[in-house]
Amino acid sequence: MRKYILLWGGAVAFAAVVVGCATAPTDLEVSRQAAAVLKSSFKANGQAGMDRLDQDETQRLCTLYANKPLPKDVAEMIEKLNLASIKWPADGKWLGDWKNGERVAQEGRGKQFSDDPKGPVGGNCYACHQLSPEEVSYGTIGPSLYGFAKLRGYTDETRKYAYGKIWNSDAYSACSNMPRFGHSQILSEQQVKDLVALLTDPASPVNK
Amino acid sequence: MTVMTRRTTVRAAIAVVGVAATVAFAQTSAIDEIEKYRAALRDGNPAELWEARGEELWKSPRGPKKVSFATCDLGQGPGVVKGAYAQLPKYFADSDRVMDLESRLVYCMVTQQGYTDADAKKNAFGGPGQKSDIEALVAYVTSQSRGVQMNVALGHPKERESFALGEKMFIYRGGSHDFSCSTCHAEDGKRIRLQDLPNLLTPAGAKKAYTTWPAYRVSQGELRTFQWRLFDCFRQQRFPELVFTSDASIALTMYLARNANGAAFDAPAIKR
Repeated sequence: MRKYILLWGGAVAFAAVVVGCATAPTDLEVSRQAAAVLKSSFKANGQAGMDRLDQDETQRLCTLYANKPLPKDVAEMIEKLNLASIKWPADGKWLGDWKNGERVAQEGRGKQFSDDPKGPVGGNCYACHQLSPEEVSYGTIGPSLYGFAKLRGYTDETRKYAYGKIWNSDAYSACSNMPRFGHSQILSEQQVKDLVALLTDPASPVNK
Repeated sequence: MTVMTRRTTVRAAIAVVGVAATVAFAQTSAIDEIEKYRAALRDGNPAELWEARGEELWKSPRGPKKVSFATCDLGQGPGVVKGAYAQLPKYFADSDRVMDLESRLVYCMVTQQGYTDADAKKNAFGGPGQKSDIEALVAYVTSQSRGVQMNVALGHPKERESFALGEKMFIYRGGSHDFSCSTCHAEDGKRIRLQDLPNLLTPAGAKKAYTTWPAYRVSQGELRTFQWRLFDCFRQQRFPELVFTSDASIALTMYLARNANGAAFDAPAIKR
């Protein structure tokens, strides 16, 4: 699969050479130069080290295909790769405390160089999603999650999906806008479970 | 508008948010009220204080060599500020580099006024009890392009290179959260919380956003430049710190400024 991607990348570079004039840099060359210039234009600050600019395979592929249609097999490869890396709860329990989940969903701090490395770290879910109806200050980059389990059912299947999606969104939708909260060690397993409860506990305001 | 009525408007906005009867109703009303609040703020923009201080700084002898910016060429000839910002960033032969306004000011401070590079870049962004001369100078220079049509050229190969790099940087995913600029700025009609996000991939979005920076930020009590806007976007993107006047900062500015071509420049503005 990896070999295939490399071959495909080569084909893009070749096509760009044929289309463009001899001296114009190819699309791939511009991308590489942009990455190099980026790396020379930042400095480490607190917890945000220069390694933040190093892309993993998922970030690299999602950058390569940004603003272009994502080929089906590349999408499947990204999803498979990320699904395999999900660390499922050792005790087999999905539900934490929805009240703490609400706090995690509200908390916008964490991982910025301006944040205390000791915490708190939140999911900042309301930045992009509607959740509890009481909170009217919510963003719209992601879909509304109001009524999440009321609509999908209070089942293990729904809860497993919610856990997996929060842990690693790219496992379900390649190149999602949503951070991979568990995978990238933004949130702890307990915090992810608390968010699963916020989404799928019948007592949670999300399902009222 | 008086301070009193302004406060009432803010209270009304808060009250509407507080007593939300239904989500849909509260959502629309809150946005309407916040828009009214923003309109009220436009009446008296404290950015004028920065503009006045910047004009003073521009015209006064400064630095170890005690010279003013009268000989500083922002692209329209020595000392010319009228309309200069609307054509930046641009390639400058003397530095053999594409420069935005901030990097050009630093260049003049170093080559003409005798500052060290570090001293020229000190206090690039103001804070409590710490005024930034750069922010004041930017406020003054940009105010002299108000109403002027954005006209950023891509005639020089280095200008084209800078634009192409900025375009790629805009989609570069990284950091702990996998964010790129386009995570938040590539779709119409999206918000973070209640804050509207411009779609910077469309001409309309780029024009509206770029022509309203710099801006006085009410929440910070500071005038913020476009260099600051990029610096703070990357902070929230969970990237390391964007270096002031770095090549990436100029390339991204080039990309966005060029995409705003044709729009009338309308800053310093005022934002929440």
